[in-house]
Amino acid sequence: MAKLILSLEGSVIREVPLDKERITIGRRPQNDIQIENLAVSGEHACIVTILNDSFLEDLGSTNGTLVNGNPIKKHILQNNDVIEIGKYKLKYVVELATAAAAPVTQDDFERTMVMKSSPGRPGAAAAPLTSPPAGMARPAAGPLTSPPMPRAAVPAAATPKPAAADAQPLAALQLLTGPNAGKEIELVKNLTTLGKPGLQVAVITRRPQGYFITHVEGASFPVLNGKAIDAQAHQLNDHDVIELAGVKMEFFLKR
Amino acid sequence: MPNLSSVLEVVTATHPGMVRSHNEDSLAADAEIGLAVLADGMGGYNAGEVASGIAVELIRTEIKKSLANRKPGALDGGDAERLIETHAARANTAIYRASQSQPHYSGMGTTLVVALWHDDRLSVGHIGDSRLYRLRDGALEQITRDHSLLQEQIDSGMITREQARHSQNKNLVTRAVGIDPEVETEVHTYSVQPGDLYLLCSDGLSDMVSDEDVQLTLTSLTANLPLAAEQLVQLANDNGGRDNISVILVRIAKRYPARTSVLDRVKAWFK
Repeated sequence: MAKLILSLEGSVIREVPLDKERITIGRRPQNDIQIENLAVSGEHACIVTILNDSFLEDLGSTNGTLVNGNPIKKHILQNNDVIEIGKYKLKYVVELATAAAAPVTQDDFERTMVMKSSPGRPGAAAAPLTSPPAGMARPAAGPLTSPPMPRAAVPAAATPKPAAADAQPLAALQLLTGPNAGKEIELVKNLTTLGKPGLQVAVITRRPQGYFITHVEGASFPVLNGKAIDAQAHQLNDHDVIELAGVKMEFFLKR
Repeated sequence: MPNLSSVLEVVTATHPGMVRSHNEDSLAADAEIGLAVLADGMGGYNAGEVASGIAVELIRTEIKKSLANRKPGALDGGDAERLIETHAARANTAIYRASQSQPHYSGMGTTLVVALWHDDRLSVGHIGDSRLYRLRDGALEQITRDHSLLQEQIDSGMITREQARHSQNKNLVTRAVGIDPEVETEVHTYSVQPGDLYLLCSDGLSDMVSDEDVQLTLTSLTANLPLAAEQLVQLANDNGGRDNISVILVRIAKRYPARTSVLDRVKAWFK
């Protein structure tokens, strides 16, 4: 379960577990987290928690809500985010204890699950999210078919790195012959196509394992270091020479 | 029914991914009748495979059967939509009954996306978060809208698309086949242009590969669809491959209006 650590000028005041679907923060006593300070609005902000995600919303406060120094209206909380309300700080911490206590296999992390509305209301399982303007009203649609397992309790696991190949050293092609001889083509995309469409095309893919060349279309296959390649992908090594659609080029790694 | 095998170029690819031991996705494509079906099953042990397998097999055989009995050009947009709805509902019943009668299938279900090309048009039905995309004039567009908690959060303005990318709730669908006695299929019909490239996929692709990379792959490798499909699977695996990955690519080579001769039209008039 996630929690908030409330502090003022570096000293911790208390910890608040996010054990309710909606937790409010403000100056008035009916708030779940009451902060008696004039810089804090009566109803300042709220945090809605759905399974393992917590959403922070500023409720139109006078002095605003900051997350990691930036003013926000709505924000999806990430581990170790620091919420600032007046001079008070609330640190959002996801505790991994549940994951450690109940070992779950990686396999369980991203299993697709169904959210049911209520028994006897088949099909129309849409959660009533669209109604109020605040949009955060009552997001939990009801009981889940499976208990909310701690399967997504490791936040890092849920965010795929968009391009795993980013770690690759940058590479480029230098054209050796043809009208553009001397020109350099940087291989900055995950996919770079070469050649003349309709005649001969090959693609260079950037992968975590390195760079690969694959034939795409045309009767003749690209020539790599003097030998025609087959339909399979071939890994490129520094200073390999590629011949394609009558043009020679050299592949090299930039450091 | 007119034979569409000279109109549609169809390629499929499926892979268990880098983490899962087995593949719970099922897919089928039949260029002749212009049908593509993809399902992503869920449930314990092998129940997910059973659910997605029932959905795909039932829909493929039943739609094929009912199209065989029709006259060429007898299918209009409404018919196609009804056909998809009817057979998705039957798949729902079949899976639901199996899950009620056999304890080890209890709670199984599946997402579903069905595409049926007919008369220069495309009818698509979907349930859950398996998707249909269209690449037209170099731009990729998502045609179906997920029935998922995340999509509802986006729709309600609670979170932005960018925030959605980092959400941990990606795997919560609000609708699935076989979970309840009845399910509502969302069905729409779109006009089709020659050169359109359609992509049906499970969330194992859409969660792991950005739309930009999907678009780049499809535009770069348009001349070689099998390679494009293979590349999409590879990209998902290179990014972690945390779920099963399935793709169906369908390219429209030319127009395919339903054959309506003057005689047919006159007959239809008197019907």
